[in-house]
Amino acid sequence: MRAKFVMSEVRIGLRRNVTMTFAVMITVAISLTVLGIGLLANSQVRVMKDYWYDKIQVSIFLCDPLSSSASCAGGAVTQAQINQIQSDIQALPVVQNVYFENQAQAYQHFQDQFKGSAIAQNVTADQLPQSFRIKLKDPTKFAVIQSAFAGRPGVDSVQDEHTILDKFFKLLGVLRDGALLIGIASVLTAALLISNTLRLAAFSRRRETGVMRLVGASSFSIQLPFLLEGIVSTLIGWGVSTGLLAGFKYLIDTKVSPLLSFTRFFTWGDVWSASALLLVTGFVVSSLSSVLTLRRHLKV
Amino acid sequence: MAPRNRTGADVIRFENVSKIYPKQERPALEGVDLEIVKGEFVFLVGLSGSGKSTFLRLILKEETPTTGSIVVAGKDLNSLSAHKIPELRRQVGTVFQDFRLLPNKTVAENVAFTLHVLGYSQKEINREVPDALELVGLEEKADRRPGELAGGEQQRVAIARAYVSRPAILIADEPTGNLDPANSVGIMKLLDRINREGTTVLMATHDSTIVDQMRKRVIELEGGHVIRDQVRGVYGYSG
Repeated sequence: MRAKFVMSEVRIGLRRNVTMTFAVMITVAISLTVLGIGLLANSQVRVMKDYWYDKIQVSIFLCDPLSSSASCAGGAVTQAQINQIQSDIQALPVVQNVYFENQAQAYQHFQDQFKGSAIAQNVTADQLPQSFRIKLKDPTKFAVIQSAFAGRPGVDSVQDEHTILDKFFKLLGVLRDGALLIGIASVLTAALLISNTLRLAAFSRRRETGVMRLVGASSFSIQLPFLLEGIVSTLIGWGVSTGLLAGFKYLIDTKVSPLLSFTRFFTWGDVWSASALLLVTGFVVSSLSSVLTLRRHLKV
Repeated sequence: MAPRNRTGADVIRFENVSKIYPKQERPALEGVDLEIVKGEFVFLVGLSGSGKSTFLRLILKEETPTTGSIVVAGKDLNSLSAHKIPELRRQVGTVFQDFRLLPNKTVAENVAFTLHVLGYSQKEINREVPDALELVGLEEKADRRPGELAGGEQQRVAIARAYVSRPAILIADEPTGNLDPANSVGIMKLLDRINREGTTVLMATHDSTIVDQMRKRVIELEGGHVIRDQVRGVYGYSG
């Protein structure tokens, strides 16, 4: 069969089944969009992790006269202890950089953080502990610092911001997995709908396919128009879903991002790579469900 | 019985063919042994359920025999793989009682459909389709739809479609079953003409008048057996 003839048969088929074709396009568009949102959620979690893990620190708070932990029994930390701790920290290979925060700096940070609140006015510099602020090469390697310095004389406590963020990211991860799961489920729904639609199309065109069979068309050339119909509607659905995702990104850039300046959002690159993945998914799912359906319902 | 081993290549040969459908005790065909040579015109007669349809379906490999072997147009159907079946069907034109035309396509498009499916170029199609329509006398109605034509005309379109690719064999299953006598005669003249141009014609029919008039070879089936194979036969002793 010539390509022109095949394409004209595809056009006729799409037109004849216009409501079902629409149903397939819309279902594919929605399911790919949901899946795409799952993929973008994944990108978002990654972007946020990069952003926040880049900022977080491990803090080693040093003993001051008010400290009550066992390792502070010897009173406030001495300058010798501070020097020793500092050189020990710098000797650890997991440490990227470290700086010492004295009481004046701690006070300044505190004032910045709680600007305008009553607590900021009541606190004085000598109530705040001195600390080492450590940035790790790999933020997950917190345990190394913990085991090296916790309980050491002069060290009040070792704190990891990572543990706080972890809870947050765990929550985000659940949301992302949920979105991906719903996305996959709706893609499966789309596959079933494509299969059903093709079954109906094969039934409604059994006259044509019967004639094609009689005059000796190969099963491939009988199935090709149906296959192409499934693929064409999927491609249109994919186009719509990419449009929706791009719109979503645009909304985030223009409306959401200015409000939430404390974090960054997924990039256009993430949108395009999600779209590419959706194209592959849509193509594979629609051709697979088409081929399996046609093999059952268009026997030669 | 028809004499065996006549001159000319056999285009259809059944050797001890039986067909038993699943879940049926009585075979649809049993021990059928016959050959049809190139250029023959053969009537296949018998009551409903005598095995005519099974016989035709076996030739197109829409069914496979339970036992025995079938050769059609030089192909041993038992060893013919599924993807070669279309090749077989390209050499066998088929016409049915219910015409099986595509209602949304014009007469010319219906005839051209065969050629499109077989991969002819538009140029070849433009040449062959008018020829075929002229043969069946419908060149004036090329742009009509099947629904606008009378039954006899629709059957002519179906014949043009079956014949346009010049198959070696033309199978007609009750082609006059839905037609009045005058139209039936027209169809028979057409089939006769196609036969004279060298195509082997195998026609299953209930129409005793036609069989008696044409005086061609008659194969009669009854209960799945060939009970008569006559060179210049009539429909049947019982009418």
